[in-house]
Amino acid sequence: MTQQETPVRKVPVACTLNGQQTEFLAAPYQSLLEALREVVGLTGTKEGCNDGNCGACTVSLDGRIVDSCLVLAAEVDGKSVDTIEGMAPPHGLHPLQQAFLEEAALQCGICTPGFLVAARALLEREPHPDEHRIRLWLAGNLCRCTGYDKIVRAVQSAADKTT
Amino acid sequence: MHPFTYVAPRTLDEAVAVLEQHGERARPFAGGTDVLVQLRGGRFDLDAIVDLKGVPEATSLDLNGSLRIGAAVPCYRIYEDSAVAAAFPGLIDAASLIGGIQIQSRASLGGNLCNASPSADGICPLIVHSTVAVVQGPQGERRVPVEEFCTAPGVNVLGRGELLVALEVPAPARGFGAAYQRFIPRNEMDIAVAGVASALTLSDDGATIASGRIALAAVGPTPLFAAKASAFLAGKPATPETFAEAGEIASTEATPIGDMRGTAEHRIELVKVLTRRTLAIALGRAQSNR
Repeated sequence: MTQQETPVRKVPVACTLNGQQTEFLAAPYQSLLEALREVVGLTGTKEGCNDGNCGACTVSLDGRIVDSCLVLAAEVDGKSVDTIEGMAPPHGLHPLQQAFLEEAALQCGICTPGFLVAARALLEREPHPDEHRIRLWLAGNLCRCTGYDKIVRAVQSAADKTT
Repeated sequence: MHPFTYVAPRTLDEAVAVLEQHGERARPFAGGTDVLVQLRGGRFDLDAIVDLKGVPEATSLDLNGSLRIGAAVPCYRIYEDSAVAAAFPGLIDAASLIGGIQIQSRASLGGNLCNASPSADGICPLIVHSTVAVVQGPQGERRVPVEEFCTAPGVNVLGRGELLVALEVPAPARGFGAAYQRFIPRNEMDIAVAGVASALTLSDDGATIASGRIALAAVGPTPLFAAKASAFLAGKPATPETFAEAGEIASTEATPIGDMRGTAEHRIELVKVLTRRTLAIALGRAQSNR
């Protein structure tokens, strides 16, 4: 979605973004997704449907996964936001990222950041979910390439390795 | 999308004042899972969004026998509260199946009610729990039974400057049980083809229904309180035969349309089946609540 420059005044947003105190200006009608990508310049979070169905834009907001297309940037003032950019350690990959590679749990990759952020939230809460639980937790993330089986296996594999 | 301002009031009075000032050009905002989608879809334009998540009355969840659910309380807070989940499993049925985890982080039962979709999963369970909607406006507070809150698809009783503050769910009586089920062709993340919430209260003998309530989703212009089927239950034995007959009666109260999700005939059959099934689940819950 593109926005024209408008007379509505921008609002300052100060949040903790991937652990770093971050401040930016957002239009009051701008989604968190847009602000992340177009204002802050973090383009790892993807826009899929822009209406809360596909989960490609999943980020963690104060520890809960949300569709960032359905959050206003102005709402996150004072809150903590974690995106895919904050997932890997400085050198190397997060175990889930490694598992997605090893299990070939991606093809085009547009849905992958959302799946990873969502799966991390699951494993942080429930280190050893069964297949049914993984599928239910990830129901808000759509993938048109893999058929999901490889994604579920990757999450199971990452869970096994973090025992 | 028409540009709008973001207002984050700290009190109900502030929220009401902003809503009154803008009239139809402003909307209360909780999880945004409906209103942002509708704005982008061009269904309406707004000049202001009034975020209720800084208003204490709209964000508290209080269990004290009865349950008071702030209008902006997201679904996850309801089902992750073990005391609430134990006392109100019929509400949990809905709170845990609306959208996926991301949506449940944001979407509220209050927003589900205000959105007034005929297929809303959250409204019928509230109806069978005899829930009252607490509304605040320029003239003060008024209280509306949930079954009277929605007046047409996407339309509710709120007038200029009014907002939904909270949902008040009465304490379940001894022998009360409730349940909600919907039919969708997938396992999750879909809109109900039809849904039914049922509740019953057992008499002291544990075998007779003292009273019951049935509500139907996606088979009329609004979520429907099935008055005839509900009245039929009173005094009947809590048996599969009774439940089947209640389903037949409920199906005569449904006025479904056929659309891309299902035909009217399919929906009528679904009302019968789901009424039967939800009454059976409600009975099980009622028996463990004696």
